[in-house]
Amino acid sequence: METEEEASGQMTDEIYTNGVDDESLSQQQQRRPIISGEQLDIEAYAALYTGRTKISRLIFIADKCGNVSMQLEALRMAYDEIKKGENTQLFREVVQKIDGRLGPNYSSDSGWMDAVDRRADQRKEKLENELNAYRTNLIKESIRMGYNDFGDFYYAHGALGDAFKNYVRTRDYCTTAKHIIHMCLNAILVSIEMGQFAHVTSYVSKAEQNKNDLDPITIAKLQCAAGLAHLEAKKYKHAARKFLETAPELGNNYSEVIAAQDVATYGGLCALAIIDNINFRNFLELVPEVRELIHNFYSSHYASCLEYLGNLKANLLLDIHLHDHVEMLYTQIRNKALIQYTHPFVSVDLNMMANAFKTTVAGLQKELEALITDNQIQARIDSHNKILYARHADQRKATFQRVLQTGIEFDRDVRGMLLRANLLKHDFNLKASRKI
Amino acid sequence: MNLNANSVDSLVAEIQGFSGSSQDVNHLNNLLKQSEDVIRSQAATFASCLTQLDPSIHSLGYLYILEACTAGPIPEAQANELVLSVVRFIDVCSVAQIRLVPDKFISICKRLHEQVMILGAPMRAVAPLLTAIRKIQPSSEHLTPLHPDFLQVCLLSKCYKTGYSILEDDVYEVDQPRDFFLYCYYGGMICIGQKRFAKALELFHNVVTAPMSSMNAIAVEAYKKYILVSLIHLRQFSATFPKYTSSVAQRNLKNFSQPYIELANSYSTGNISELEAFVVANQEKFENGNNLGLVKQVVSSMYKRNIQRLTQTYLTLSLQDIANTAQISTAKEAEMHVLEMIEDGEIYATINQKDGMVRFLEDPEEYKTCEMIEHIDSSISRIMKLSKKLTTMDESMACDPLYLSKVGRERQRFDFDDFDGVPQKFNL
Repeated sequence: METEEEASGQMTDEIYTNGVDDESLSQQQQRRPIISGEQLDIEAYAALYTGRTKISRLIFIADKCGNVSMQLEALRMAYDEIKKGENTQLFREVVQKIDGRLGPNYSSDSGWMDAVDRRADQRKEKLENELNAYRTNLIKESIRMGYNDFGDFYYAHGALGDAFKNYVRTRDYCTTAKHIIHMCLNAILVSIEMGQFAHVTSYVSKAEQNKNDLDPITIAKLQCAAGLAHLEAKKYKHAARKFLETAPELGNNYSEVIAAQDVATYGGLCALAIIDNINFRNFLELVPEVRELIHNFYSSHYASCLEYLGNLKANLLLDIHLHDHVEMLYTQIRNKALIQYTHPFVSVDLNMMANAFKTTVAGLQKELEALITDNQIQARIDSHNKILYARHADQRKATFQRVLQTGIEFDRDVRGMLLRANLLKHDFNLKASRKI
Repeated sequence: MNLNANSVDSLVAEIQGFSGSSQDVNHLNNLLKQSEDVIRSQAATFASCLTQLDPSIHSLGYLYILEACTAGPIPEAQANELVLSVVRFIDVCSVAQIRLVPDKFISICKRLHEQVMILGAPMRAVAPLLTAIRKIQPSSEHLTPLHPDFLQVCLLSKCYKTGYSILEDDVYEVDQPRDFFLYCYYGGMICIGQKRFAKALELFHNVVTAPMSSMNAIAVEAYKKYILVSLIHLRQFSATFPKYTSSVAQRNLKNFSQPYIELANSYSTGNISELEAFVVANQEKFENGNNLGLVKQVVSSMYKRNIQRLTQTYLTLSLQDIANTAQISTAKEAEMHVLEMIEDGEIYATINQKDGMVRFLEDPEEYKTCEMIEHIDSSISRIMKLSKKLTTMDESMACDPLYLSKVGRERQRFDFDDFDGVPQKFNL
């Protein structure tokens, strides 16, 4: 723990040199950051989540971090967490991953597993009997409850496919809008765990059809789920919108899927990459780094913005949902920063720009070249004097060029058309004369 | 024998007599048509009488006899003489008279073409065939069967300029699709020789998109060259056919030109070493298609494409950087490419040899000069003429009985089918 404190101290120093004012520095120290440049504080991180996602996030970190002490830490917590539940399959996996490295306390506990399995079998039998009884009596509400219990049961034991099936089956027995929303939320939860984000989108929209019965928290939950689905489908713009729309009521109410901090991070990064204006105070307060970097971005302190991003990167790569998209979002943000930087100027000194972006002139030149080729920046580079000149499209010239080009094309097309028409006519005549 | 000699003499006399007014010539034409068999059977006897006729005055009769003489197989010894006499005839004959029997005129021109090919001297037929085309053509819009032959001899004798002169005419009236295909194919090759890639592209495009009911080798070869020229000239190739392309062509052309399609794909990646490796690997295939030269031009156009891209991004760039970005091995070579492109007017730039820098400039054309305005003016009037032609054609097609009957028939059948459907439904 001590070493971590030190690391955090170092990092704040770094930020200080980047020109962050004292005020934000003190804020930094007051609030222990969850996601920051230092090595991820797994305990604090895990505390944000509950249920299965906590375990899967821990396992994910263990798989990706590539750092033995951190890996073991994550696995240890995952082990403890699983012990509280009934998922023996996951338990076996984690034990295998630990591979005896955490001492005898964290080895395969066959007694516990047998007990859990036995209990599970009994419970399953009981549930089956109950469900059969309900079905013969044809009491809708009871049948729904029965299926729901079955879904909960399977979910707890890690049989996600069966859980999903049972949750969805309750649909036929839903009598009120509340029931439907409940069913949808369950289905969404399981789908996210399974990584089936197509289901998530469809159940979100299904739930949203019952507008009147949605309370603010549920709305926020649904928005988060939809945001995740969009993120996963690489539709960053939609994802950003969903996260930005998420109401602050969310709080810690959806910890089995997503933490409020995550909403800030995901939403902030997606929005920064795609959308122009971010008004997102409530959540951003939770993750000062993201708030700071967005603030820096808009006040044109690109170097420190990019520095923040660089610091965050290692930990974002450990995020179960964001890891695939980090690179993409980062390039987009960087490109946007470059574009925004060049936009107001007629000419830009590349040396200064390279300084502002903490990169070399040659590297910057390459990046600018790509953006110009992509037509995202209208400018040309004077590589001799290392100056970027904005290029103002000459409307008159462009119009002349276009007109002449269109003329040539029209000319060619019409001639081709006349020719083909004549050829067709010839064919006609040939056939007709043959017939006669 | 005597009788024959008589008829020969009398026919020659008639030819001499009836070559004056147009009425007389028409009369003579009828006479000659009736005695065609005689002329054919006595070709040798008639040949000796040719000396009594003046090809410029007695063109019609001369043509009949000449055609008869050349109809049979020609011994090698006489080939040279025959070529000479045909060439002389084409040179001096009267346009009005030969147009009465275009078949015969075309047939002797074809024989001429055949003979110079056998003699291995295609150059000898270039000028005569050009004259022949001009004489037999009702207007410059007509494609004659002589066009492909002419272009072929031009190609073989490398007289691209002469060949190109005929390609400048817009052709609309076509008799035989085969003539048209060959005309466009050879024409395209001549344009390549003249580096008129835009025109070449247009001609090949015409072949590829021409209506056809079955595949033909000309279209396949034209498509291959179309791909290559498109890469050289436009620096890109779109593999989708325009929707007016015949379905046969759309379905089959790509299968026949697989290596070329792959070449285009490799080109689009912009990676020179990859492209070169592909060319080396498939060298034999391109060689067999006689397209290796064009393929090499494709490779060098890749360098130019990469340099041209740089002009969009840079104002100044050192030659070394150009070499690096465009994957050219040395700065010297890059300088050569840039120089070539400046000379061809593809880019506007100045090279500063002292610092080894290239300064890219904007297109200096301001669209303010008189010439430019004249150019635009002439373009407008040309296009107006063209669209008038289109309207006329549209109208004439709308009145064409053949077209109307076909359209009418189709519609009727469609209605009938519709009608037929109803009772069937009731049967169920």
